[in-house]
Amino acid sequence: MKPAAFEYHAPKTIAEAVALLAEVAPDDGRILAGGQSLVPTMAFRLARPAHLVDINGVDGLDRLYLDGNELSIGACVRHAAFHRPVVDGRLGLLLSSIVRHIAHYPIRQRGTFCGSLAQADPASEWCLTAVTLDGTMTAKSVRGSRTIGAQDFIEGIMTTALADDELLTEARLPIPPDDTRFGFCEFNRIAGGFAVAMVLAAYGLKDGVITRPRLGVGGVEERPRRIPEAEQALEGRSPGAQAFRAASAAAAGAVDPMEDINTSADYRRDLVATLTLRALESAWS
Amino acid sequence: MNGKHDITLTINGQAYAIRVEARRTLADVIREECGQTGTHLGCEHGVCGTCTVIVDGAPVRSCLMFAVQCDGAKIRTVEGLADGEEPHPLQRAFMEHHALQCGFCTPGFLMLAVGVLEREPDIGDEDLLDILSSNLCRCTGYANIVKAVRAAAAQMRRR
Repeated sequence: MKPAAFEYHAPKTIAEAVALLAEVAPDDGRILAGGQSLVPTMAFRLARPAHLVDINGVDGLDRLYLDGNELSIGACVRHAAFHRPVVDGRLGLLLSSIVRHIAHYPIRQRGTFCGSLAQADPASEWCLTAVTLDGTMTAKSVRGSRTIGAQDFIEGIMTTALADDELLTEARLPIPPDDTRFGFCEFNRIAGGFAVAMVLAAYGLKDGVITRPRLGVGGVEERPRRIPEAEQALEGRSPGAQAFRAASAAAAGAVDPMEDINTSADYRRDLVATLTLRALESAWS
Repeated sequence: MNGKHDITLTINGQAYAIRVEARRTLADVIREECGQTGTHLGCEHGVCGTCTVIVDGAPVRSCLMFAVQCDGAKIRTVEGLADGEEPHPLQRAFMEHHALQCGFCTPGFLMLAVGVLEREPDIGDEDLLDILSSNLCRCTGYANIVKAVRAAAAQMRRR
């Protein structure tokens, strides 16, 4: 239950951080941000990195700001930053309602938004958020900088598009149009537990019918994704029980749920149906 | 690999100049190098919360930070709550409401609740329940912990 020995590095700039990472990555060197997933893994000795590059002291990575029509979230922005709305309007309220589902208060003081993306746990609320809202990730290394869309960034269970020498410096969420409504619904067994399933719904209204529907499902398959079949069931329909039930059935029929010792695929599929309905209703109310 | 780091931890206002391996958690170093054994260690992977301390104003799990990350940080532990012989209002409320039995989880609950109440004195009952679900207690069933924290919150607001 004690982490194995490692070499500790504490760079002050992004340039120093990526230079160090390039040097130590071949020797299982890794980034340490909030540490709320990495450190327990090290305590179990499931991870024994030879080097940790601690980015908590890197200048500028704690920035959270509105840049034009995008919310920029630096690599060291903690979950707790979202407890109160970070932007005006429904998006800020949505993020502050989602963050309450992430572990517990003390964990949220340290854990980071970008760390959740880099960890890519299938049950991550922020991964679902980034995928559903078309977020982008900025990866930097000594080789340069690149931007990756959320759906491409998250490749599978605990697997991302980041190369070993790349640092996720920032995530960006586009600010949806003002009239966008959101609904988020998660099921888990204990307070602060991992999501067994969760659904994030977003849509606008034009002339009384649903427009720009987005329906994202997380915790169900190996990575979160939008469900086009459910979105098609909503597009152009009047919001209400009929459209919501059609989308719920479409989402449940489209997913290929994971199984675990407590949860059968059928049970997860049922949860998708129920959570989809609730998320759509919550966006409407 | 086994290089040691010279760091200074400030715990309850007292500076401890120590030399530690990077792999040592803040919790272990508070207890062993600094001798402040009021902070308890239960699960050592961030689940139980008995190691909760306040680092630069935020209640955090000290088993999920490395001590080397806290060089220069202001750390508060359960030893720093009382004012001399006078217990902190929350400590007094824990006694009055029988909010502990074996006491193993108590330092973590005290630091969690103090950390939250100092930042959010007007926190609502629902939010408080959510926050108290962060830590594990296997004796009390939580009801008396909730009562004690609510009573202390009211008293801290009056002061």
